[in-house]
Amino acid sequence: MSSIEERVKKIVCEQLGVKEEEVVASASFVDDLGADSLDTVELVMALEEEFETEIPDEEAEKITTVQAANDYINANL
Amino acid sequence: MSLNGKIALVTGATRGIGKAIAQELVKQGATVIGTATSESGAQSISDYLADNGKGYVLDVSNSESVDSVVKEITAEFGAPTVLVNNAGITRDNLMMRMKGDEWDQVINTNLSSVFRVSKACLRGMTKAKFGRIISISSVVGSMGNGGQTNYSAAKAGLEGFSRSLAAEIGSRGITVNCVAPGFIETDMTKVLPDEHKANLVSKVPAARLGQPEEIASAVAFLASEGAAYITGETLHVNGGMYMS
Repeated sequence: MSSIEERVKKIVCEQLGVKEEEVVASASFVDDLGADSLDTVELVMALEEEFETEIPDEEAEKITTVQAANDYINANL
Repeated sequence: MSLNGKIALVTGATRGIGKAIAQELVKQGATVIGTATSESGAQSISDYLADNGKGYVLDVSNSESVDSVVKEITAEFGAPTVLVNNAGITRDNLMMRMKGDEWDQVINTNLSSVFRVSKACLRGMTKAKFGRIISISSVVGSMGNGGQTNYSAAKAGLEGFSRSLAAEIGSRGITVNCVAPGFIETDMTKVLPDEHKANLVSKVPAARLGQPEEIASAVAFLASEGAAYITGETLHVNGGMYMS
């Protein structure tokens, strides 16, 4: 089983079409990885599926960086 | 055939325009799921679709019903990537006499339903990076018609809805369009008085009523790969009775 960080990284790569080395913890989906608002919604949906959880909208809004995604999954899984 | 391997969902497919659309999409190679409000309606859809699809009971005015039926369809057949929002009702009345619930029922069944069903299908379409959402509007959404303030508001509303959704998801290979029928020979228009019908036909350059199949062929075109660059559009099919 790969770590949460690796699984998040894989999802981000797939969803945003970016290279693995770009997906550093501090990377912002919108500012650094070129996501638009629809991409961020799809990304959250993909995370929900990967980790079989439902992320409430008010929490989803705060997931703007790779680190924030890792933190949310680590705290809520 | 152009829709081979695709799953198409057609609401209100028991009879009339919805049935013609379901049958045309089968002809184009799709597996078609048709919905009806009653068990007997769903059964009659299963009967005419035979091996090419299945009828389901769906109340489009109920969010839970929509979500659970779309989940069931996805589990049994796969996610629908062609959605035809066809289910609709009329509750005609002069504005001075129209009851609140006549207004609410028509807005809920004809307009809010399109929000519900489209939303339920959107995730599958974005994942597939392909989708066709086609909503059946009406010529009265553009030209107006006495006695149909509720119906024409709903129809104009879904055209606006389609333009905005088209703008949101155009980059995902999903198109969102409307087909706006004019005066078509169905149970919905059968109830009109003959005199009123004759008067309506006299305003149609084609000098006849349209047939459900003539709406179905427009829907099949918008569902095809060839229509990939058409989005946010309303295609009028009305024998020239209204030209925008």
